Amino acid sequence: MTIHVASGDLAQRVQSIVDRLMALEGPLLPILHEVQDEFGYVPQEALPVIAEALNLSRAEVHGVMTFYHDYRNHPTGRHVLKICRAEACQSMGGDAVEARIKKALGIDFHQTTLDGAVTLEPVYCLGLCSCAPAAMLDGELHARLDDASVDALVQEARR
Amino acid sequence: MTTRIFVPKDAAAVALGADKVAAKLSETLKAKGIDARVVRNGSRGMHWLEPMVEVETAQGRVAYGPVKASDVESLVAAGLETGGAHVLSLGLTEEIPFLKKQTRLTFARCGVIDPLSIEDYRSLGGLKGLERAVSMVPADIVKEVTDSGLRGRGGAGFPTGIKWKTVMEAVADRKYIVCNADEGDSGTFADRMIMEGDPFVLIEGMAIAGIATGATKGFIYIRSEYPHAIDTMSKAVELARAAGILGVSVLGSANTFDMEVRVGAGAYVCGEETALLNSLEGKRGIVRAKPPLPAHQGLFGKPTVINNVISLASVPVIMEKGAAHYRDFGMGRSRGTIPLQIAGNVKHGGLFETAFGLTLGEIIDEIGGGTATGKPVKAVQVGGPLGAYFPRALFDTPFDYEAFAAKDGLIGHAGIVVFDETADMLKQARFAMEFCAVESCGKCTPCRIGSTRGVETADKIARGIEPEKNMALLKDLCNTMKFGSLCALGGFTPYPVVSAMTHFPDDFRPAPMVEAAE
Repeated sequence: MTIHVASGDLAQRVQSIVDRLMALEGPLLPILHEVQDEFGYVPQEALPVIAEALNLSRAEVHGVMTFYHDYRNHPTGRHVLKICRAEACQSMGGDAVEARIKKALGIDFHQTTLDGAVTLEPVYCLGLCSCAPAAMLDGELHARLDDASVDALVQEARR
Repeated sequence: MTTRIFVPKDAAAVALGADKVAAKLSETLKAKGIDARVVRNGSRGMHWLEPMVEVETAQGRVAYGPVKASDVESLVAAGLETGGAHVLSLGLTEEIPFLKKQTRLTFARCGVIDPLSIEDYRSLGGLKGLERAVSMVPADIVKEVTDSGLRGRGGAGFPTGIKWKTVMEAVADRKYIVCNADEGDSGTFADRMIMEGDPFVLIEGMAIAGIATGATKGFIYIRSEYPHAIDTMSKAVELARAAGILGVSVLGSANTFDMEVRVGAGAYVCGEETALLNSLEGKRGIVRAKPPLPAHQGLFGKPTVINNVISLASVPVIMEKGAAHYRDFGMGRSRGTIPLQIAGNVKHGGLFETAFGLTLGEIIDEIGGGTATGKPVKAVQVGGPLGAYFPRALFDTPFDYEAFAAKDGLIGHAGIVVFDETADMLKQARFAMEFCAVESCGKCTPCRIGSTRGVETADKIARGIEPEKNMALLKDLCNTMKFGSLCALGGFTPYPVVSAMTHFPDDFRPAPMVEAAE
């Protein structure tokens, strides 16, 4: 894992990411990924720094950032729970899993619980279609979900 | 000699607890002083048995599964390290019918070797194809791939050799090989499995493509939903570079080829090749109009080969064993093998590599063993979210590009999702439109607007509002999307919608009113 200098203001931290990745061919997506890894989201203040370095307009960087589902313009809860909504999971009761999780957390997709513990997001396929339904909690995969494992997952996310 | 015990590191196995099994096993073996070590392999593709633990014995590998961490103590007590009998015993891995019936060419090593061991890779035929390629002239490599009959496994089915020939003949200061690993279709996981289980085969395939076309740089664009594949591929690229497989002198030859792993950002449309190229360039993942073809003006405007993971990963075995060996499998114009991905509501889900030509019924009933819930099969969606829903009446369709097209379907990336009788096909048709609306890049109107209108119209049918009129409207809308969209997202969304309407008309009739029931 890359360790970044935590001190200094936001612009400096973004600048150091940009400096490190600028030499890549087509560096914008790798830069946005790193910025999101660093801050948990892509702060508005990062956009002009990136635009300046890549000789783009701020609007262009904004356009790219907002096109992709992964990039967020605001922080998430402490955990991010992604539930697969795609067909294979639907065939194994994915809709019921989704409803159970939403009810347990009291939130809908793209929302965060009031205590800031968990953000719920949809995902369209995790490649676990032969062992559906599936979900991902902070990058950790869970498959063949049933009521008991869904409840355990919600418990874990709530912490 | 230290016995090797294999516990998969494949994402599906990990999602079912393989990491915990591996940790518990290492700990237990150490505590008992048993001379055995745990190796993390890829998956053999029998996902209903995952996590499946294998032990190397004199007779061959013996399998156990599905293993939970709580089973480890009893397995070790039963003499796991010598293949001892246990209630979870599956016998010799190679004798398990699901595996024995397969023809594994592309996936020959997947699940067998340590994915990050070049030594393991070489010991089972790895790099033989590349070694042969560096001794050949580019035109002969392209001819070999063309003669094999290999067609794009991403879904379009375009002959791989022809694509390569176009790039080979293009004159430019720089050319690229791009691997499309943005496997977003529900029901598919072959790309993920090969990247996690045998990453060097993809690297080898891309290096061969580079030598054949004169490209010196490659990119693998992997979707962000696949963190395990990204990790394994990135490590494999570094190892390949250190071993001289990649770099200024590929395997000591005069050829230069290097590559980078790039990560997507959650846009399904980036699986469309021109949107993927835009994304790699750092732009919005918007589809480009063709022509120009990527083979003429692709990444950064340079001639570019863009192929699916499985297409590229099938090249090494073609170069190793020759075009004829590969071409002899299959039927009609669909040559070679296809990794079927059997998923959804199915008893024996997983990856089944076989020659083209099995019927859909054989795949679902015999290989897949019917539904997981035990209820009758209602529908099967082949080819991902843009593929048609087939009823049992079409189960005699052979798995072949042309045969599926003739039945208004597509094989796509060979994902097969099974639904039991509880499926509501109007709901599935609505979802197809909803998915298209969420993922549309927005460039063309039929896809951007049509998908939203499609959701609204499906909702009206569900509510019983002028159903006949709205059914006709939905069909008309599908026609506009099919012929008026720029790419396959808008163009193919009508497949699931129209097939659901055609084959399951009962689901589109409004629910009888309570009053009418009297």
